[in-house]
Amino acid sequence: MNIKRRNFIKASGLVTTGIFIPGLLKAHEVLPANNTDKILIITQLTGGNDGLNTVVPYRNDHYYSARPQIAVPASAVLKLDDELGLNPRLMGFKSLYDAGKMAVLNNVGYPEPDRSHFRSMDIWHSASASDEYLSTGWIGRLLEEHCRNGSKPSYALELDDTLSLALKGADTKGLALKDPKRLYGSTIDPFISDLNRLHAEEHGQDQASYLYKTLAETISSAEYIYQTSRIYQSSKTYPDHALGKQLKTIAELIVSGLDTRVYYVSHGSFDTHTQQADKQGKLLGELGDAVNVFFDDLRSTGRDQDVLLMTFSEFGRRVVENASQGTDHGTANQVFLIGPGLKRPGIYNPGPNLDDLDEGDLRFTLDFRDLYATLLKQWLSTDPAAVLPGTHSLLNVI
Amino acid sequence: MLSEPEKIKHLLNRAAYGNTPDWWSHPADAAAVLKQLFDTSMTCKPLQVVGTDQLAEWQLQKQQDPGAFQKVVTQQFKDQTKTLNTLWMTGMMTDQAVLREKLAVFWHNHFAVRVNNPYFNQQYLDVIRRNALGNFGVMLREVSKTPAMLNFLNNQQNRKDHPNENFAREVMELFTLGRDNYTEQDIKEAARAFTGWGFDKEGQYKFRPALHDFGAKTLLGKTGNFDGDDVLSILLEQKACARFVTRKVYRYFVDEQVDESRVEALADEFYQSGYDIASLLRTIFSAPWFYEEKLVGNKIKSPNDLLVGMFRTVPVSFTNEQALPFLQKMLDQVLLFPPNVAGWPGGRAWIDSSSLLTRMQLPGIIYYDKALRVQPKAELSEMGEGKGQQMMEQMLKKLAVQKLGAKADWAGLLKTLDGNAITEAEIWTKIIAKPIVPANLGLLKKYTLSDDPEDRLKSLVVHSMGLPEYQLC
Repeated sequence: MNIKRRNFIKASGLVTTGIFIPGLLKAHEVLPANNTDKILIITQLTGGNDGLNTVVPYRNDHYYSARPQIAVPASAVLKLDDELGLNPRLMGFKSLYDAGKMAVLNNVGYPEPDRSHFRSMDIWHSASASDEYLSTGWIGRLLEEHCRNGSKPSYALELDDTLSLALKGADTKGLALKDPKRLYGSTIDPFISDLNRLHAEEHGQDQASYLYKTLAETISSAEYIYQTSRIYQSSKTYPDHALGKQLKTIAELIVSGLDTRVYYVSHGSFDTHTQQADKQGKLLGELGDAVNVFFDDLRSTGRDQDVLLMTFSEFGRRVVENASQGTDHGTANQVFLIGPGLKRPGIYNPGPNLDDLDEGDLRFTLDFRDLYATLLKQWLSTDPAAVLPGTHSLLNVI
Repeated sequence: MLSEPEKIKHLLNRAAYGNTPDWWSHPADAAAVLKQLFDTSMTCKPLQVVGTDQLAEWQLQKQQDPGAFQKVVTQQFKDQTKTLNTLWMTGMMTDQAVLREKLAVFWHNHFAVRVNNPYFNQQYLDVIRRNALGNFGVMLREVSKTPAMLNFLNNQQNRKDHPNENFAREVMELFTLGRDNYTEQDIKEAARAFTGWGFDKEGQYKFRPALHDFGAKTLLGKTGNFDGDDVLSILLEQKACARFVTRKVYRYFVDEQVDESRVEALADEFYQSGYDIASLLRTIFSAPWFYEEKLVGNKIKSPNDLLVGMFRTVPVSFTNEQALPFLQKMLDQVLLFPPNVAGWPGGRAWIDSSSLLTRMQLPGIIYYDKALRVQPKAELSEMGEGKGQQMMEQMLKKLAVQKLGAKADWAGLLKTLDGNAITEAEIWTKIIAKPIVPANLGLLKKYTLSDDPEDRLKSLVVHSMGLPEYQLC
């Protein structure tokens, strides 16, 4: 065992229990008992998920008349209450809902909604107003706030090869990786490691120092994440698709005791202009099943209380279906919050009012930045004012 | 004080794509290089991908079978815009008019537009390239009337009694004055003046009097029955406009830390000249302060600067025609696809852990044709998913694990440089902006040992391009 490894094990509190076995550890044995940091998983439903066919207003005549071809029949929905029911493919979410681990926030959006994918995604990532352009993301700014207190880029991880705007701060950015081993592999290139070693002491303010600092953080985070990830390997069977794989990796990293507080994953594409039922159904099924196994995995390791998963999409879709059994770009949409730590599980606010549309689109009743402020303040113990422009009212949900 | 060769290199790093081999036998002083930069950028070769008759043909198809048209056109639009992108970038990599193209990318970032229609993109690109070194006022007027801009900022929907303020807002906030130099009321009034600006089926600007609000408007202290052109004139009359644009030019070509007194003096001159872009740039690139040591290598290259600089140093051709857009996507700057109307943020925003590793590994991937193994995010079409969307995703997946099929042309470098005799320091001095970092020279030596002079030279160039210092200009 080399020095680094030994220090690492000491730091992670495992030496005292003396049960470090890389790989197939039994989960309950490795849990550092004092680790109660709250963790947020953001699941981006890319492409604009059709909210009306996700949480279905199954008693609403307007819904059925607007969607003669693609409405989910009332008999098929998984009923949540007397008005709303889940898409039948969301069985996984239904069991989480029944177990009191899910909140449905309806009509989340922002004023003057933009119907372009990239612009609306930009707005959600940067937490800007629709006529405002911010070049940093809200998680990136959160990261910068925490780095002042000594946190590292591994505070915020995206499970992908490239980093989204959401995780970019001005000088500090989160880390993107699909697989801890692969990222580690690319940082142990001899030329790159040698370069890093030669420049370990660069602390200047100039651009070259910024590059070397980013390189050093990448290399040390990659090693830290890879080594930590080997502590716990899940024995649960996750569904065999990209999201299942990513959530499995996240569960392993959480249970292994990684210091990451925000994980970011994407699932899609929900851009269902044609033949929506099959495409959306498949994606929702994958989402529900994977998230369900994920929380099951976390529960069996005792970490589920500390984990909250949020879904969002850049916009919902128009109320009226189009001519191709699909839907076009719309506005407000629901957000799911999932985890046993919710104060108010269930349906948080009434579903969309289909009698009062804005040129055929749903009106938002919850501003997504109020949701962000709530997550920052009540889940991640951060002053929202340090991260979000403007002032925000908090929701009473977590 | 910089020596004359150092001055030349610094100038080329900012006004061109670096001290690339085509400049190695350059004139002896920076002033002469500057003259040559302007001389070679005098003319502008138009880029054409879509014929003028194409719009009419699309119209016809749309009338005959809207459903089929939608499917075909989604893919065709994307393909042709990518082809235009590739054509533009290939020009940067091979033509002499580097100063013009550098400026065109700057203006593309300033008047950032993102639309689907390749014909609109082609018109728009023609406007910014033609006017890149011309007059800012003329460019502002022309670009404001392109279908691309009218479409992107919703001016087609801006009608008398139903104003759409999008264009009026951005023209003040992002194109001319900058925040705090106008009021919300100014935007409302300006929006009324732009009512009726639109374009016809031939893709030509058209003023539609029936939709125009002919009433009196008051903005920025003036009252009159203004139309859109009057508003642009009023904006150009504001000193704030010259200041805002000059500041942006300074941050892009000189330093992100703005020296306010310098910008003020430059803005005065720019305003007095009636917004002559070439003379503003001449002043900047001839100023003694432009050649201060602290400015050398203190800018992070945009992906465009990085890629074009590499490909001007060691030319490549790709068997995969999607390779250039793919590389741009990988590094997060696809020309003609800016993130929003504010353009790419630039500077440190280019660098995060993944993009830095990708940038450092890219020379090896390209010149040794290694697999990339990194997959950029899927790209959503604003026009529907169609077949194109799936094909694109498939291709991204395939390209990510496969090779880009780059064919490097080393002949030029091998002829000019002797792989036996050339030192690490000489290569560094040629292709890297920053002064030599001795520790890195040792590293270059260690990793490029070879008995074969050709292999050594290639390895030396590729490893130098993989250094963090190569990311700077």
